[in-house]
Amino acid sequence: MKSVNTIVIFLITFGYEVIYNDAPVLWQTGFQDPATPVMEGIINLHHDFIFFFILIFVFVLWILLRAIYFFNSRVNKVAINYSHGTLIELIWTIIPIMILMTIAVPSFALLYSIDEIINPAVTVKAVGHQWYWSYEYSDYIGENGEIINFDSYIIPEEDLEIGQFRLLEVDNRIIVPVNTHVRVIVTSADVIHSWAVPSLGVKCDGIPGRLNQISLFIKREGVYYGQCSELCGVNHGFIPIVVEAVPLDNYIDWIQKKLYA
Amino acid sequence: MESLSTAPRDERFPHTNQTRNCWVRYVEWKLCEEKHGEEESECKKFGRWARALCPVDWIERWDEQRANGTFPGPSGESS
Repeated sequence: MKSVNTIVIFLITFGYEVIYNDAPVLWQTGFQDPATPVMEGIINLHHDFIFFFILIFVFVLWILLRAIYFFNSRVNKVAINYSHGTLIELIWTIIPIMILMTIAVPSFALLYSIDEIINPAVTVKAVGHQWYWSYEYSDYIGENGEIINFDSYIIPEEDLEIGQFRLLEVDNRIIVPVNTHVRVIVTSADVIHSWAVPSLGVKCDGIPGRLNQISLFIKREGVYYGQCSELCGVNHGFIPIVVEAVPLDNYIDWIQKKLYA
Repeated sequence: MESLSTAPRDERFPHTNQTRNCWVRYVEWKLCEEKHGEEESECKKFGRWARALCPVDWIERWDEQRANGTFPGPSGESS
């Protein structure tokens, strides 16, 4: 395994092929690779926050260690007898306010940009069930009024083929076009579910009787994996989500096949 | 297949919650059909938008309620 990794890193380093990570890996501590502007924004915001986090962490650690090292009964025989200082109070109130305001600005900018719905070209409905997802593509109607509507169940472990992910593969993926504004309407038929795909930067609760809308703009082709993210019963961990992003022409072909096959 | 289009963004429903958007589109569709008939192109457009937003189960349930006279929303006879 290590030698395979070395080869992959070698190839990427020399620009032969870039392999994106759109599914979790063992002992992963970072993000999956972003495929939408929203996820890129989330990752950048996280990295910006980590800058402040490290600054604060080092500063607080330094103060703490200094206090422990210099102020003890051995070195200071007589304890100081005051417990208040106006200047220091002002400093340690105003500086955190400034830091919080500095990180709030990009945070709100991202938050509102995520909520922005640009006129979509495709609507997909994701309906949570105990325990599977079903999807509806109702923009397209066949000659006899039929619509595209299918269930997406997990592939059990014993049926997995080599290279497939345990607990993440489904029998029917949803197909969406790349570089297209896609509206996803998330709802549920029974209890609360949550439709989440990390690489796409989306997580949206599916609530019975309510329709929640999220927007997708996928920038590259790929297969993106996600899982239900709201405890929904005993099989909550076994209703994965798989989104396959394909070029627009392939998407239209797929729709045609689904409608007229 | 018709061209790649779906229910447009609606200024009346700018939020994540689109439940009312679906409801309003469905009512508009049915009122239009009652007034102008099912073959009217405007009504077909409303129908497409309503179907794009509302889950199939919801539309089936409302259609059933309309047939039984128990639909809670406005209909041609009451308006």
